[in-house]
Amino acid sequence: MNRLILKINIYDFTPLTQAIHDALSESFSPGITTLIEMVIIGIAFITLFTILGLVMVYAERKVAALFQQRLGPMRVGFFGTAQTIADAIKLLLKEPLMTKNADKFLFNLAPFFVIIASFLAIAAVPFAKGLQALDFNIGLFYIVAVSSLGVIGILLAGWSSNNKYSLIGSMRSGAQIVSYELSVGLSLLTMVVLTGTLQLSEIIESQQDGWWIFKGHIPAFIAFIVFLVASTAELNRGPFDLAEAESELTAGFHTEYSGMKFSFFFLAEFVNLFIVAAIGATVFLGGWMPFHLGNWEGFNLIMDFVPPIFWFLAKVSFIIFIIMWFKWTFPRLRIDQLLTLEWKYLLPINLVNIVVMAFIAMQGWHF
Amino acid sequence: MNNESIIFYILSAVLLVSGVLAVTGRRILRAAVFLLFALSSIAALYFLLGFFFLAAVQIIVYIGGIVVLIIFSILLTHHIEHRLKKPSLNKMLMSALGTMVGAGACLLTIWNHPFPEASNVEPITTMDNIGTKMLGFGEGGYVLPFELISVLLLTAMIAVIVIAKRKENLPS
Repeated sequence: MNRLILKINIYDFTPLTQAIHDALSESFSPGITTLIEMVIIGIAFITLFTILGLVMVYAERKVAALFQQRLGPMRVGFFGTAQTIADAIKLLLKEPLMTKNADKFLFNLAPFFVIIASFLAIAAVPFAKGLQALDFNIGLFYIVAVSSLGVIGILLAGWSSNNKYSLIGSMRSGAQIVSYELSVGLSLLTMVVLTGTLQLSEIIESQQDGWWIFKGHIPAFIAFIVFLVASTAELNRGPFDLAEAESELTAGFHTEYSGMKFSFFFLAEFVNLFIVAAIGATVFLGGWMPFHLGNWEGFNLIMDFVPPIFWFLAKVSFIIFIIMWFKWTFPRLRIDQLLTLEWKYLLPINLVNIVVMAFIAMQGWHF
Repeated sequence: MNNESIIFYILSAVLLVSGVLAVTGRRILRAAVFLLFALSSIAALYFLLGFFFLAAVQIIVYIGGIVVLIIFSILLTHHIEHRLKKPSLNKMLMSALGTMVGAGACLLTIWNHPFPEASNVEPITTMDNIGTKMLGFGEGGYVLPFELISVLLLTAMIAVIVIAKRKENLPS
């Protein structure tokens, strides 16, 4: 154990993970070692999910309060910090209700689809140097692929509830996610033209001398904006939250869910927000790379002093804040406006942008 | 038995069971979900083999695309209490015959194939290779099929728009 503590280095996690691997390999066969490592990583992610849920629900409520000139939760704990823990306990104690004419098998299965999709996607997120569970050579493509699984859970939830509102909600959500997936994929592809690789660790390495949003000129900035808008829509968050529009559909696809099954949807939504922000931070803002300015040696040294994990979390929080800002400033779109925005504006802009970006990369005009 | 073979047998069991359930179910959406399980276990098998790109394509095309489309159309057309009718004996026999011919052809090929042990055990295909092969017009390049497929997709797209727009011309 002492050996492991000595290996903790907040700037690079590779020695620590290597030490854990070596220590396990000493006592177990390779097969068992892999199994134990998988269990450790699984437990780490479950813990992360819980913490993310607690922190982000609190953040959301405080940000909402900020935009509406309220105080938000203040009573439980210091500045209401324990409010979300109380909420979580309440959700745990609630009764899981079941509608009589629902398709029980699919009704119970649907929340797992949503949460498993988030689980698969978060595995490829690079948190800091050497702190990444899966580093595929197709990392970015993998994340885009597995995050498309979540929509199946939403569609199944809406249909199996045997409720008209749920069905309409899930249909809207399906149409929305399937169309906005294109824009998310294409805006990320615009950046892949520059990076020349899909592996997330290499994408970060390529931003050592500057983040792509600065190095990639205007097309990179346009891609970033499109990515933010499209992924907000893919998350079913306001102003694109017409899948669960409280005032029209009571709660959309999760009307009939209660207790822990409801909180699965709720948690997955927040974790997906985190994942989207993490992808945005990795591809556009340099992931855990510190902010460097040209030849300012002193400034760069100070920036290097801040551990990568804090850089990553700061960038992710910045993007999460922007997405929350969207939610509390813009009014909700109608379904036709939503589809018009995607097919008539974002997609053509994206396609032109990708050609411009390819031209810039070909000419070597980027930094 | 090492980890890989244990995982392989689990995945194959899931694949076979969900495949059978997908064709025998009376509830159409459940059948679609079992089809989804079958397709995802195929994707998992590709991951096990180390073909990450193929696995991701399997997920994004078959699961994220085709199964979502199937579920979508079921959502639009079927009520939750709807049950499929039992197919007639004739149909069942014919499809069983067809399946057996197909399976027989596959098994015969597999058994007759020598499967030489690979000297180079590095199955990781990079994106660069796939890209250059896909648009290559030299030997082993796929640019002609690639272009043909894009023309086919364009045709399909135009056809869909024509079908969707036809109603406007009809007198109401």
